[in-house]
Amino acid sequence: MTTPDGPPVDPGIAVPERQVEELLATLDAELVGLAPVKMRIREIAALLLVEKLRNEVGLSAGPPSLHMSFTGNPGTGKTTVALRMAEILHQLGYSRKGHLVAVTRDDLVGQFIGHTAPRTKEVIKRAMGGVLFIDEAYFLYRPENERDYGQEAIEILLQVMEDQRDDLVVIVAGYKDRMDRFFQSNPGMRSRIAHHVDFPDYSPDELQAIALLMLERMQYRLSDDATAALGEYIVRRQAQPQFANARSIRNALDRARLRQANRLFARRGEPLTRDELMTLEAEDIRASRVFSGAGDGQV
Amino acid sequence: MRISQGTFSFLPDLSDDQIRAQAEYCLAQGWALSIEHTDDPHPRNTYWEMFGQPMFDLRDAAGVMSALQAARSTFPERYIKINAFDASRGIESLRLSFIVHRPRHEPGFALVRQEERGRVVRYTIRAYATDRPEGERYE
Repeated sequence: MTTPDGPPVDPGIAVPERQVEELLATLDAELVGLAPVKMRIREIAALLLVEKLRNEVGLSAGPPSLHMSFTGNPGTGKTTVALRMAEILHQLGYSRKGHLVAVTRDDLVGQFIGHTAPRTKEVIKRAMGGVLFIDEAYFLYRPENERDYGQEAIEILLQVMEDQRDDLVVIVAGYKDRMDRFFQSNPGMRSRIAHHVDFPDYSPDELQAIALLMLERMQYRLSDDATAALGEYIVRRQAQPQFANARSIRNALDRARLRQANRLFARRGEPLTRDELMTLEAEDIRASRVFSGAGDGQV
Repeated sequence: MRISQGTFSFLPDLSDDQIRAQAEYCLAQGWALSIEHTDDPHPRNTYWEMFGQPMFDLRDAAGVMSALQAARSTFPERYIKINAFDASRGIESLRLSFIVHRPRHEPGFALVRQEERGRVVRYTIRAYATDRPEGERYE
């Protein structure tokens, strides 16, 4: 090293560090499970903090590339984490505005020649200063149709991802196997995305914890019997086709609310206590078709 | 002759950072920005050509700046301005409009005299640039 050592800097005293710690703590509290995802977010946060400190002492490696790919089954929290990611990047001072623009193929690709570029550019302009979240990104690439306009959108995206790294963070998301195929046929996309994060499926216990969090937010609670019934429901539902993790659980809870409302409504004339209005009983959950054994394809 | 139209027109040309700061201010006010260009410098020429769509729902000035770069490289020898449109009810018009790019050489205006009956003289101005057809005026 030719440069003399300046005064040492401590990452613990960096100003935004405490905010980041808080942000990561809420992330831990509000998102159940997802250990590898949280680990990766922690690493990215650390990298950005260290980069900031390096800048302060005059070391520079250029802005790090933060484009990400989120892969996982439906309902594993990809969109939720992307929203949090936008907030975290904002807190760390990496993205200026910290908003999330969520798009799919329809928003990027046009319907006729010359329609795609302005459309894609408009979306990119809207997302500048924040995060562009492309859900089911593999639909952009349709190998069976050579003249598909998706390729044009990909090329514009690639250029912006390379040239305007400090203006825009791109997160692509989708099923694991299809994303892998998408990257194989678009090596340019693969090489520009530094972080590949895989979202694991939730275990039954984690799903139960998620259900309790959701109910708490909706100001409901489960009776003891209902808690047991929910545990049983989750195991049965998981074995059925078209299981969408947390999303299935939310839908199941919505249907249970419906049944509870119906049950309470049937008793009209009697006064209802606050407790009764809040509590879901086992019968509300056990009335689900999942228990009757029929694979009903409720998502 | 350097033409002066719109906001900031008696200041020196804005630098890119200053343009960015103005755009940030407009976005913070909730105004929609758009870019227009022309090669007819007459002060009464209020209808300039649009460059791309007006940019609604932007959050950051980076989008405006990249559109401006595209406009500059497409029309290096034209006037380019940024407009800020306020869509709130009761206003629904431009709040701010300023020139961000101009041709390298601006020939200016000729004074035209028209003689009328009774020794009346009417005066008007005509841009030297508009002697030539549109698209070839500042080459």
